[in-house]
Amino acid sequence: MKPFIPALLLLAMSSAQAAPIAMEDQSQLKVPGVQAAPQFVPPAESELPDNAFGKMVREGHALFVDTRRLMPEAVGNGMNCSNCHLDQGRLAHSAPMWGAYPMYPAYRKKNDKVNTYAERIQGCFQFSMNGKPPAADSPQMTALATYAYWLSTKAPTGVEIAGRGYPEVPQPEGGYDFKRGQQVYGEQCAICHGDNGEGQKVAGDYVMPPLWGKDSYNWGAGMHRINTAASFIKYNMPLGKPGSLSDQQAWDVAAWVNRHERPQDPRLVEGSIEKTRVKFHANDGVNLYGQKVEGVLIGQGAGS
Amino acid sequence: MTPFRRVVIGSLLILAWPTAQAADGQKVFTQGGANPAAMACLGCHGPDGKGIAAAGFPRLAGLPAGYLSKQLHDWRNGSRKQPVMEPLAKALTEDEIKAVSAYLASLPADPAGHLWRQQIADDPTTRMALYGDWSRQIPGCVQCHGPGGGGVGEHFPPLAGQPASYLVAQLNAWRDGSRSNDPNQLMVGVAKAMTDDEIKAVAEFFARSASQEVTP
Repeated sequence: MKPFIPALLLLAMSSAQAAPIAMEDQSQLKVPGVQAAPQFVPPAESELPDNAFGKMVREGHALFVDTRRLMPEAVGNGMNCSNCHLDQGRLAHSAPMWGAYPMYPAYRKKNDKVNTYAERIQGCFQFSMNGKPPAADSPQMTALATYAYWLSTKAPTGVEIAGRGYPEVPQPEGGYDFKRGQQVYGEQCAICHGDNGEGQKVAGDYVMPPLWGKDSYNWGAGMHRINTAASFIKYNMPLGKPGSLSDQQAWDVAAWVNRHERPQDPRLVEGSIEKTRVKFHANDGVNLYGQKVEGVLIGQGAGS
Repeated sequence: MTPFRRVVIGSLLILAWPTAQAADGQKVFTQGGANPAAMACLGCHGPDGKGIAAAGFPRLAGLPAGYLSKQLHDWRNGSRKQPVMEPLAKALTEDEIKAVSAYLASLPADPAGHLWRQQIADDPTTRMALYGDWSRQIPGCVQCHGPGGGGVGEHFPPLAGQPASYLVAQLNAWRDGSRSNDPNQLMVGVAKAMTDDEIKAVAEFFARSASQEVTP
């Protein structure tokens, strides 16, 4: 019995240290613009069986929509899975789980690696939720994966199904403009997300997620790309009014949001923003990390 | 305890404000404004400001001051219509609006029920309240109005503790255009996408949720 204790302590200590990056390459997977109307319909909750499988799906669902409150050890900011994947991971054009799960394990030519679905979720925890990912074989990961598997019931495997991801919104010819973006933000977004992107809380818990600052997604999250945020915004925001912004407005406001500081990229190379930019950001869509905007270096990180 | 607390809060508010504009929020609530057409709130909204459910008169207690003040201004400018409140709002002075809004916001309200999005919605009404129906672009009520419908910030008022008939009337007012004061037209589209039955059911859902404590 005795020798176990130091071993356990050692384990506990090592897990307290910064977790290794599960999925280093977070660069964009291309999702084409809307071509075909989404046809896939995920199963209804009423169809869930009353057995261990149904129970696990329900657990995964709970973690998905209330991630921060239920997994405080894994989430380092104010975000939940359902903040970026609307309608509990069901909504087409909102990176639904039924469009993602059947695409794993995924091969990436870029680094000649195969990534599992668990690694992809770990990436979400490390970047979008700026936290420490649950282990691939942990009960939480199993529940989250089971929920995604169930949502994908009858979806084809390895097929880029219509409605997956956030459809690409082409960059306007004239690029984007921070001033116009600030105006769109003030008129359309601030009512929920606050004048300074701080989100809104009730009794200490976020109801509307922060878009920048220490409690938002970090500089490694896919959403830090202006093109990705523009796609998400165009097809999902303002809540209940998707498609109400023009492509130009979506790009402008995405640029305004993503010029603000947020937690540092956990892949920071030798403490150098420039080295991190070259290695991870230079060839990853449209983003401002490591660049100067109005004389100020972007990517310095916010709080902790 | 409640009347005493009201007196304390009321006097604190008076003390805190410059005497030059010291409209008395509590006095407006209990006795009305300086203009006799500005009738006392408690006549219809109840001595505790929690509304009179049987008559469909809404709860004002604990609503955000900014929201209350905006509604009074909106009755003045016609973006919200209601035959009793329009003349009343016009009879209040700016100072009185400010004072009575702050006073009402300070009144204690029943806590909203425990209703978190992690719950699986087993019936269509709970599903509407928690998750909405995205095939019709209806977000779940609690996504903007907060857990349990307890309200979020200045712009998203509590639904919990409001009489069902008041909530039904508001959703119908957005549908027929007699209420058009929602910021960014966030409610108009939602109200128009809902059916009569859904409106009734979800109104009763929130009217209930404050009165009975639901254990998660």
